[in-house]
Amino acid sequence: MATVHIPTPMREATNGAARVEIEGATVREVVERLEASYPGLGGRLVEDGQLRPGLSAFVDGANVGRRLRTRLQPESELFFVEALGGG
Amino acid sequence: MATEIQSGKVHVQTTINGESVDFLAEPRESLLEVLRDNLGLTGAKEGCNNGNCGACNVVMDGVLVNSCCVLSVEAAGASIETIEGVASPEGLHPLQQSFLENAALQCGVCTPGFIVAAKALLEENPNPTEYEVRWWLAGNLCRCTGYDKIVRAVLDAAERMRAEA
Amino acid sequence: MAVDTRVGQTIKHHDEEYKVIGTRPIRHDGLEKVTGEARYGSDINLPGQLHGKVLRSPHAHARIVSIDTSRAEALDGVRAVITSAAFPDPGDKLTGGGEAPGLPLKFKSANMLARGKVHYHGHAIAAVAAANPHVAAEALKLIDVEYEVLDPVLEVWDAMKPDAPVIIEDLYTAKADGTTAEEPSNVAAEMLYEVGDVDAGFAEADLVVDREFTFGVVHQGYIETHNATAHWLKDGHLHVWCSSQGAFTIRQELADLLDHPITKIHVVPMEIGGGFGGKTTAYLEPLAALLSRQTGHPIKMAMDRADVLKATGPTPGGYVRVKLGVTNDGMITAGYANLAFDAGGYPGSVVGAGCRCVFAPYNMPNAKVEGFDVVVNKPKTHAYRAPGATHAEFASETVVDEICRTLDIDPVEFRLQNSAKEGDWQLAMPPYPRIGHIECMEAARDSAQWQTPLETAPGKKRGRGIASGFWFNIGFTSSVTAKLNSDGSVTLLEGSTDIGGTRTSIAMQFAETLGIPVEDVDPIVADTDSVGQTDVTGGSRVTFATGLAAHNAANDMKDQIVEGLADLWDVAADSITHADGTFSANGNSATVGEAAGLLEEEGVFPIGKNTVTPTREGGAFAVHIADVEVDDETGKVEVLRYTAVQDAGVAIYPPYVEGQMQGGVVQGVGWALNEEYVYDDDGHLLNASLLDYRMPTALDVPNIETIIVEVPNPGHPYGVRGVGEVPIVPPPAAMANAIHDATGVRMSHLPMSPARVQAALAAEA
Repeated sequence: MATVHIPTPMREATNGAARVEIEGATVREVVERLEASYPGLGGRLVEDGQLRPGLSAFVDGANVGRRLRTRLQPESELFFVEALGGG
Repeated sequence: MATEIQSGKVHVQTTINGESVDFLAEPRESLLEVLRDNLGLTGAKEGCNNGNCGACNVVMDGVLVNSCCVLSVEAAGASIETIEGVASPEGLHPLQQSFLENAALQCGVCTPGFIVAAKALLEENPNPTEYEVRWWLAGNLCRCTGYDKIVRAVLDAAERMRAEA
Repeated sequence: MAVDTRVGQTIKHHDEEYKVIGTRPIRHDGLEKVTGEARYGSDINLPGQLHGKVLRSPHAHARIVSIDTSRAEALDGVRAVITSAAFPDPGDKLTGGGEAPGLPLKFKSANMLARGKVHYHGHAIAAVAAANPHVAAEALKLIDVEYEVLDPVLEVWDAMKPDAPVIIEDLYTAKADGTTAEEPSNVAAEMLYEVGDVDAGFAEADLVVDREFTFGVVHQGYIETHNATAHWLKDGHLHVWCSSQGAFTIRQELADLLDHPITKIHVVPMEIGGGFGGKTTAYLEPLAALLSRQTGHPIKMAMDRADVLKATGPTPGGYVRVKLGVTNDGMITAGYANLAFDAGGYPGSVVGAGCRCVFAPYNMPNAKVEGFDVVVNKPKTHAYRAPGATHAEFASETVVDEICRTLDIDPVEFRLQNSAKEGDWQLAMPPYPRIGHIECMEAARDSAQWQTPLETAPGKKRGRGIASGFWFNIGFTSSVTAKLNSDGSVTLLEGSTDIGGTRTSIAMQFAETLGIPVEDVDPIVADTDSVGQTDVTGGSRVTFATGLAAHNAANDMKDQIVEGLADLWDVAADSITHADGTFSANGNSATVGEAAGLLEEEGVFPIGKNTVTPTREGGAFAVHIADVEVDDETGKVEVLRYTAVQDAGVAIYPPYVEGQMQGGVVQGVGWALNEEYVYDDDGHLLNASLLDYRMPTALDVPNIETIIVEVPNPGHPYGVRGVGEVPIVPPPAAMANAIHDATGVRMSHLPMSPARVQAALAAEA
């Protein structure tokens, strides 16, 4: 089971839960199952089959950007973070 | 010599880095424009076009000037030294070498102005204090280095030049 | 041995020994830069070129009723005049890759040339191509524009009021929860970040300090003004020479804005005279391209300084509120922050990054941060060195100082006991990997300046301040192609425009990996047709990410050399060892140079290449100490002494790491003490020159003492952390804390200009 950290403003969809456990071999599978378990949540993360513009996924501390095919380990920790620019 | 010719342009005879140079310029063109756009001497840069940044520094008849604030026709009969004339065929000027060794540049766009200005300083005062270097270079803006390594480079070059003199 | 005062101190927290990394070679591009031979964007001139100029709005907020270009077109020497009608309709498209992907393209397009409405003083209205710049400037005066002038909204707190004039009529707030507001407003986006239980945290606190801060707009102030030269060939190929932090970014923006195939766009990065985040986006390039298409000639354009200040992307002004709760023994229990930044005339400020940095140096059990991106009638703002972090941490580090004073706790001890460290929670991010805030704080505590009591002088108000700073590193994508020449030298093509010596920091990582002297590597910043995808020079990413690509490319080349030698020596490839630049197996050995010669005989020319999108960027911390003297008559603040401490991971090229630290400090001092856009009530920028927008000179600052701390980033083979941005973060707070130490007055606005300091002193007295 991967642990998905839910961004604060989206916790309404998870009944306030900050973390949820979801089965999935890739980031995409996890997002799809999130949507199934918590209707509306997946749609805030993914749009037209891609991570919404401006979001990056972090898997076990690694910034995998928008690569939804990234494979997960059974104990993976998954974050969705706004992408940053810089000067 | 400056002679107005029919097109409204002015024929200017001057000396740049020891060579006689003739050019035609509109009276409204600055010395910086003529150096860069007519004569291909692009080492002097435009940073502000009103004398506040020093990126266009050249020496005119022994005086450090902002070439953006000099009309090109004023160069008639003058002797002008630009960054292109600082190194010799034998090698770099000690200031140029010192800037390299002291990492006294980052983006490099202000560097020609600083080197021209610093050379003018050392010709007037071969043994400046740190304060005197900072005072003299206060007409040159650098946004990258914080000036620390530039000031050290100028002091370092001054020391080398005194040792060689 | 005499101490070399040119070299700062380095404190290593690792045992790695390198041959090339950490040395101080002369940079590869240095010679051309000290002789004036280096070619910057404005130094190019093409046969047959015309010159372009831009007409700018005299109003901050106005509807464009009509534009009549006929008188300008009739002027002798004028070849073309364009307005926003020359741009394709952006429709509902979003921007592609680059700095801020996913924003509506219509905003970017309208910022190139105003579409129907003017959003700020200086907004581009029309562009002219003419035989020379003077004729082009004359033509601008002959363009007749009729405006319906509207009331401007200049500050975020006014723009957020319910009855504020709405600048963009169809702008609906993007809410933090992913929904959209139903009524239009000037608030483009809201964000919310939270960890723990902030109410419970404040309930546990013995002391709560809650303060508000405001900020003027500041500009990056690069010395080279924006410029672009474009040549649109009749077959649709578009060649662009420009001064940008990212040639590939400009290519993407041109493709988006002009709806033109990316394969037909070729961008040549010229040397760039500073950027600091302000040259990450196009302004002149699309205009030059369109004028070139219309005239058939190459078009050269350059902004003057007033254009740069009025109409490029300064960094936001705005508002920050910080509330911190602590126990009596100085442990943080909770933090709350509220940040509202002005985006300028179109959405997209750096407030999100500010939100995520505001408490970054501390382990925050409970924190809540809200952010607002607000449209106002000022130029569209952009990144400036650690974008958003300086505002945010000026506020939080000032509050931390106040807490230390109130509780009589040493500010170093407070920061040490609350410091963020590996494994601690980060706001809206995975937990911190190995970071070096504690090591930086310890180095600051042990520094010569901190250990030397402040020298007092009769009648003088002197004080000392300390502050921490954090900024992320950005990964993005970088590419390197390296060619082994037959003499063993390497030509290294990389795509990162070099603003401060990164050709050498990249080459050093290549040289270290292959085991050759860095002088044998010739690093070249290549154009978009000649090297793989490389994102913008920004986010402190070049030495980290392009350096990683160079390391990987060197390993690729090494593998190819091994393969060639295995064939030649008739041994198994895996029996060949590589050490100190020498390949050996079975009694055979060859240096890289000898191997290159042997392989040439075989017709083998290794090309090492790599494109990488790193996934483990290292965050960077800095701690600064400022000693100041405050003139209580004039309010002028003088910097007496300054020490900058920074975790560089591993400093690849130390003189230029020090240079970044020193340069960041002085920009931060300018921001702290003087720099600010001054507007009148109608939204006119009053100080659009370098006389009136006054940046620090050599006479305004002392030497900046540096201490490089090396806590390697585990996400990079050589431990690199980006160093370029974080040194601008601590200076304003360190200065404010020093001013308080000197005078007892807390400053709550940047800049802390003489007039403001004097007013604050008078109010206190």
